[in-house]
Amino acid sequence: MLYLTRKAEFAASHYYHNPEFSVEENQRIFGKCNNPNGHGHNYMLEVTVKGEVDPRSGFVVDLKQLKEVMYREVLQAMDHRFLNKEVPEFASQIPTTENIAIAIWKRLAGKLERAKLHRIRVYETPDLFVDFYGET
Amino acid sequence: MKAHLSRRYLFSASHRLHSDAMSAEENHLTYGKCNNPYGHGHNYILQITVSGQVDNRTGMVCNLADLDGFIEREVLARYDHQNLNTLPDFAQEVPTTENLSIQIYEIVQRGFTRAHLEKVRLEETMMNSFEYAGEEGA
Repeated sequence: MLYLTRKAEFAASHYYHNPEFSVEENQRIFGKCNNPNGHGHNYMLEVTVKGEVDPRSGFVVDLKQLKEVMYREVLQAMDHRFLNKEVPEFASQIPTTENIAIAIWKRLAGKLERAKLHRIRVYETPDLFVDFYGET
Repeated sequence: MKAHLSRRYLFSASHRLHSDAMSAEENHLTYGKCNNPYGHGHNYILQITVSGQVDNRTGMVCNLADLDGFIEREVLARYDHQNLNTLPDFAQEVPTTENLSIQIYEIVQRGFTRAHLEKVRLEETMMNSFEYAGEEGA
């Protein structure tokens, strides 16, 4: 089994707010991240796929295909966007790094030929990242 | 949905690798430059990985403010800008990064209950890193 990781950067803004919480609860739980005008990050995405090496091509996955799928399914939707207002998943859930990683997994799962998704890693900053392995 | 959250922290500390159970020659052979009696320092990068279910109401495995607060109080305040060899923690063991990783793991395991601790990673330099995930089978 071989693991291949492809990185991509995207710049997006977001804020944390739960409409079911009071104003005070939102402030207490989310602090500065509750600013309704949002704030931004240069997110770094790492998509790790796994599979056996194809004996004819020497590939685990066609990197050109992986890049296209990542662009079409994730980057087009999220890059240079205000996540809360422009990405459908975040109309009803908070665009935390956790939820972004899970949303990206769901967008990519099953879209690759041959290789399977192993891990989605999203860096919100260089010192904060989330890994999602598809576990419920 | 279960996710793994990792957070990185910086602390600066000095240490000297030396064991009283070894002769001067053995210490020099085992530890080389790290046996310098004056010690030397590192900018340690501590990476904590916790896991748990993503809370439906907050979208978080745990609140970062809680994790940061705990690490600041219980780990960074303990080790940052210290000479590790002078601390009670290292009265009986050599302050290798292996031993420091284990100590930090145990501090977090005992005291931070808002998420499951997966592992502690310590980067001693840009070239050396150590990970401890608890004892296997525990």
